[in-house]
Amino acid sequence: MAVLTYRDALNQALREEMQRDDRVFLMGEEVAEYNGAYKVSRGLLDEFGPRRVVDTPIAELGFAGIGVGAAMVGLRPVIEMMTWNFALLAIDQIVNSAAKMRYMSGGQVGVPIVFRGPGGAALQLAAQHSQAFESWYAHIPGLKVVAPATPADAKGLLKSAIRDEDPVVFVEGEMLYNLKGEVPEDGDLLVPIGRADVKRAGGDLTLVCHSKSVAVALKAAEQLAADGVQAEVLDLRSIRPLDQAALLASVAKTHRCVVVEEGWAFAGVGAQVVDTIQREIFDELDAPVLRVTQADVPMPYNKHLEKAAKADPAKVVAAARRVLYLE
Amino acid sequence: MTATVSRGRKLDAETAGRLRGFLRQMMLIRHFEERVGEAYSLGLIGGFCHLYIGQEAVAIGTIPALRDDDYVISAYREHGHALARGVPPRSVMAELFGKATGSSHGKGGSMHIFDAGRHFLGGHGIVGSHIALAAGHAFASKYRGQDSITLCFFGEAAVNIGAFHETLNMAGLWKLPVVFVCENNFYGMGTALHRASAVENLHQRAASYGMPGEAVDGQDVVAVREAMDRAAARARADGTPTLLEIRTYRYVGHSMSDAVHGTYRTKEEVEEHKRRDPIRLLAELLKERGGLEETEVDEMEAAVKAEVQDAWDFAESSPDPDPSALFTDVYAPEA
Repeated sequence: MAVLTYRDALNQALREEMQRDDRVFLMGEEVAEYNGAYKVSRGLLDEFGPRRVVDTPIAELGFAGIGVGAAMVGLRPVIEMMTWNFALLAIDQIVNSAAKMRYMSGGQVGVPIVFRGPGGAALQLAAQHSQAFESWYAHIPGLKVVAPATPADAKGLLKSAIRDEDPVVFVEGEMLYNLKGEVPEDGDLLVPIGRADVKRAGGDLTLVCHSKSVAVALKAAEQLAADGVQAEVLDLRSIRPLDQAALLASVAKTHRCVVVEEGWAFAGVGAQVVDTIQREIFDELDAPVLRVTQADVPMPYNKHLEKAAKADPAKVVAAARRVLYLE
Repeated sequence: MTATVSRGRKLDAETAGRLRGFLRQMMLIRHFEERVGEAYSLGLIGGFCHLYIGQEAVAIGTIPALRDDDYVISAYREHGHALARGVPPRSVMAELFGKATGSSHGKGGSMHIFDAGRHFLGGHGIVGSHIALAAGHAFASKYRGQDSITLCFFGEAAVNIGAFHETLNMAGLWKLPVVFVCENNFYGMGTALHRASAVENLHQRAASYGMPGEAVDGQDVVAVREAMDRAAARARADGTPTLLEIRTYRYVGHSMSDAVHGTYRTKEEVEEHKRRDPIRLLAELLKERGGLEETEVDEMEAAVKAEVQDAWDFAESSPDPDPSALFTDVYAPEA
């Protein structure tokens, strides 16, 4: 296995899928000559040319719709959103066009498309550039939503998303692009959509997380281990479809659970996780499920306020100790 | 067909034959929509329903100019476009009745008529949104090196929404082979064009996107066809898109819940426009210069009435979708 950054793992997935299938093309702002705002598409213009790596004007609604229209007639577009904050301009095409086309055409017209780009907060980018929107898209039947936390998952899930017959919202971690990890070199190695992954095994409680919050949960698990508490870290990887079996198996084993996510609490991903647990395995729970999320405010600019707003390992440890009745 | 029609001579046999076909198709759409209105008031059709009565020459002047491998996409006043593309009246009517035999198996309804086999790609309900999809179909044609083109219909109210501007800019920039047909019926719901657009000659907007624009008399099917032939030829030759502003008029309300006149337009205005009825204008042309007899018109009328009655009977007697259909077609079936 090679050690790659999350950014290069995504790049490799794009390159391999474009080599494999001429129907796959990449479109978005600055993806070609600039090599991508976050350099995910570095070198792709040189290899595949402007027919398949297409720079657009700043017009998210328009180029998202062009992608959907191309997918409706058989191409496999990968539409890069410079960040998911800007995709709000395109949400009509993602929700009203991509997600519903198959259903409202009675199964005649599918939309095999990937919308991808970084989501969540970085550092001091303030309110309009620091938002996690996974739960918005996960709300919509017809969409699949994935948010990988590691380079290997990033590569394997992006390849699966490109080969999928349905629209996939692919949320990358803005702070994860430089993260390094081992990545399989096998070009056909896919990570299936809808399958969670145990990133650390443990028997005392389950920390449910995805994307950037996986690193937060793993740090918290280390700190808990120092106190003799073994936390299991379950990375959802896919928000929709949710891997209910893996979630329930872990919590049925540990009987305690904390859900960690970057987004806001209200109607967030964790709300769905908690609903699933209490509905399916209520009797297995030894404590109420708690959640660690972003504070219920727009993201502030000041770095101290920003830190206070974000989920961090200390908050996760505190929540874990509460579900363990250690305080 | 242009030269022979434009002058005052007798039409040649081929042109007269083709125009007879147009007349019949326009009569079919007119009668179909009249019966849809009737079915709606009987409660056989639900939801939103937007009729095409008065605008028939736009669909018939444009769609028959296409090849089978071209694409057609429309907004929510699309029953006539679907019929013009060859979607069977039975299939469209059954969809309006919400039946399993409908074009979208009862899951789409009036605003979402699809027939993928005929490259009729909806039926879209968000104003202007599908204009971007049209450019995507054209992008795919160009990507594959094919000379198929895309015909996109929308109302004049759609030209003020961002999707129109963003899409036409990229279509002009990348030379995407789309014929953008703005059916200007002068009212977006109840808002008159002059109250909504800073520029009333909408075809002039084409200049902002580096593409040709043309205003066309939408009640004259021959004029529409001639403009369409020019636009289609440009698109097929090198991808050049065109904005056609086709000026027409709807004789009915915006939707079934909207009165024909009273709030935002007068009875006199509606009656004035009906004097230039596209079906009557074409019938007169054919009678004067194409040898059309009144008896033939009567025969056509009887034939389209029978065809629409057959569609009604088919729709009414078709089954509702199976309850299990509720959960299918959300995602692709597992491979």
